[in-house]
Parts: sequence; structure tokens; C-alpha cells
Amino acid sequence: MKSRIMTTISNSKEEALIVKEQDVVPLRNRVKEYGVKIGMSILNQTKLITATSELVRNLLKYGGGGKVIIESVSNGRDNGVRVTFIDNGPGIANVELAMKDGYSTGKSLGLGLPGTKRLVNEFDIKTELGNGTTVTITKWKNG
Amino acid sequence: MQNNLLSGLKEHENKLLTIWSQLLIDGGSDDGAVEEEESKEFASLFLKAAAAAEGKIQDSQEFEKVEDLIVGIASSRGKRGFSPRENAQYLITFKEAASKILSELIKDPEQLFDANLQLNAALDNMTILTFEAFMRGREDIISRQVDEISEISTPVITVWEGVVALPIIGTLDSSRTQIVMENLLQQIVDTGSSIAILDISGVPAVDSLVAQHLIKTVSATRLMGAECIISGIRPEIAQTVVHLGIDLTGIITKASLASALKTAFDMLQLSVVKRKIV
Ligand SMILES: Nc1ncnc2c1ncn2[C@@H]1O[C@H](COP(=O)(O)OP(=O)(O)OP(=O)(O)O)[C@@H](O)[C@H]1O
Ligand SMILES: [Mg+2]
Repeated sequence: MKSRIMTTISNSKEEALIVKEQDVVPLRNRVKEYGVKIGMSILNQTKLITATSELVRNLLKYGGGGKVIIESVSNGRDNGVRVTFIDNGPGIANVELAMKDGYSTGKSLGLGLPGTKRLVNEFDIKTELGNGTTVTITKWKNG
Repeated sequence: MQNNLLSGLKEHENKLLTIWSQLLIDGGSDDGAVEEEESKEFASLFLKAAAAAEGKIQDSQEFEKVEDLIVGIASSRGKRGFSPRENAQYLITFKEAASKILSELIKDPEQLFDANLQLNAALDNMTILTFEAFMRGREDIISRQVDEISEISTPVITVWEGVVALPIIGTLDSSRTQIVMENLLQQIVDTGSSIAILDISGVPAVDSLVAQHLIKTVSATRLMGAECIISGIRPEIAQTVVHLGIDLTGIITKASLASALKTAFDMLQLSVVKRKIV
């Protein structure tokens, strides 16, 4: 198994297909369950599900739907939840710009990506024009 | 083309009904009077179609009526609480009764076999129809409940003369926001209220979309000449909203409905005083 951070091991894992707005709430509830299972505080749970909400809405709105992987991870010192959002949409032309507060091509607040980064402990975005976007976030229990 | 071997059943309609209803009672799925009427109608129509058919009974014009009838019966039985299994049992027992009569009518084993094949073909397809009808019936119930839930979950309450409150429970998606907003604006007009309180204690998370919906609702309320207070902001929601970077500074926000009400009283220049006991 390939892992972005060498020392992090994945304990349990599941995948969900996201194609419509009705898929958002069940996914958020699943992610929350992963947080509850490792004893995450209400505050961190709320940050995690809010971040999930933002990224899954981007995946639907801009990526045209995709796949989400939820994982329970640990790095020896702490346990956490990692969520990966994968779409095969148009990709993002200028990631630096997309990560700026207030930048939106969808007449929205433009807070989804930068806000999510502030809500989680690890944030990684890989995107290529015409080849989709993959965003990975990790929230540690004590992070 | 094979002959229609089921036409003879028509003359034994009463006998078939007796056997069938006995089988239904033995199976424990008898529903009294309604059942009997339905069953009589079904048997009569089926046998009529069987008698009128030239080749296969499924190909006859009459058979469509039988299918329509069984679909109607299946959905009505579904609403009365019968399971799909019981619906299938309904047709299986009918087949059993008809088969019994056929074996008395037809002595030649080969012909009897063919007759049973025809009976099976006709009824098996109908069993599938009853499953489909059952599913449709359930789907109707679910979609009606969805509508009902979205209505009951957005009640607008007059808490004081001139003050309406709207507790929001669950996720605020775009379609819900529309209902919430319409309800709220209508109530403001109907009650002539000047203050609206939007309580979000029951909202699990406020992301940028929900925030945007809230901001829009506040703006719409203000356009109607009323003020809008958002209450029920839990500590974890407050911190998350700040990290996300959502600016709610232009909006009056309160931690609880009680403190929102207090603010409303202040705005209306009302005060609640403890009565002096003399
Ligand atoms: N999965 C994606 N595929 C393609 N483009 C994306 C994707 N996610 C984000 N973008 C682009 O990045 C921009 C910024 O995204 P961000 O989530 O920060 O803001 P937004 O979705 O426009 O508004 P908000 O999330 O505040 O409602 C989007 O407007 C869009 O152009
Ligand atoms: Mg977004």
C-alpha cells in the first residue's frame, strides 16, 4: 500500500461513490462515525465533517462527482481520520489562486479550499488540467 | 399453435373460489370481506379471459384487464399491510386451486401437463407484476413522507407579538433553504412581525454553503423590513465558522434562543420584570 506519510498506517478503510447531492449527508455521517470511533472531540469532529462537506460539494459541483475514501489512520503517537476525494473532472488551472480566500469560479464565497486547509491537520491537493483533482485531508484526534 | 386448455375452468368458478379461499385461510392471510370481493372479481375476470382466449391466455385482450386488476389488488393489499410474500402467496394459492380443478377436468396426462404449463406461464408473470406494484406503492409512501418531513421540520412559531422563531433541524441543503425562506417570509407578512429568529441548534454543521444560505435568508428578511437574529450557535460551530473564514459580522448572532428573545425584547423596547409580591 502506498502512503503519503511513511510512518502512517491505515487501520480500516472504505470507499463511497458520490454522484448526487443526496450522497453528501450519508458520507458526512460515515466520516463522523470514524471520528467517534477513535474518540475525537466534538470540536474536531465538527471541523472534520465541515471540511468533508466542503470538499465533497466541490467534487460534485466542479468535478462532476467521484469517489471518496475514508480511512482510520495512526502514526504511532496519535490516531486520526483521513479522507480522500477523487474526481475525474476538468482539474484546476491555477491551484495557488484556487487556494486563496474569496476566489470562486462558481459565484460562491470561495472559502471551501482555503477554509478546509485551516480546519484540518494535513491537506494535500493534486490536480491536472483535464485529468481531475484529488484532495486528501487528515484530522488527528488530538490535532 | 397450442389449444387453450384453460377454458374449461370457467364452468367451475364457484368450486375454484371455495378451494382458493380455503387455501388462503389455511395460509393465514385471509382479510375478510375486502379480500373476498377482490378475490371473486379476480377469479371471475381471469376465468373469463381464460374462456375467451384462443391460443395463449396471455395474448388475449381480456388478459390485460386481469393484469390491471392484479396490480390494483397488489397495491391495495400493500397499503393494508400485506407483505410481497403474501401477495405472491395469493397468486400461488390461486394457481394451486386452478391446478386441482384442471386435474379433475383433464384425464390425459400429457394434456394436463400442458394445461399446467399454460397456467404457470400466465400466473408467474402476474406475480412479478405484484412485486413491482408493491415496490411502487412503497416508493409513493416514501416520497410522500419526504415531503411531509420537510414541511413539519420547518415550523414557524410566533413566540411573541411581532416575533417569529424558526428552529431548523437537520441539514440545510438548497431545497430546504428555499422552503425555510418562503415559510419565514410568509409568516413575517402574515403576522406582521418585525423580528425573526432563526435557531440553528439542530443543524449538525455550518459549511460555506449553509452559511451562504443563512446570509441570504437574513438579507431577504431585511428586505421585508424585519430584522433577523440567528441563535443556537454552539461553541464548536462558532470555532469552525471562524476557521473556515466565514464573515458573519453583519448578522446578529446569539448562543441560545433565550438570549435571542431577550435581544428581540430589547429591540421592541419591552422588558420582562418580576412581579413584586405585596
Ligand atoms: N474538484 C474540483 N475540480 C475542479 N475545480 C475545482 C475543484 N474544487 C475547486 N475547484 C475550483 O476552485 C475554486 C475554489 O474552490 P473553493 O471550494 O475554495 O470555492 P467555491 O467552491 O467556489 O466556493 P465555496 O466553497 O466557498 O462555496 C472553485 O471555484 C473552482 O473553480
Ligand atoms: Mg467549494
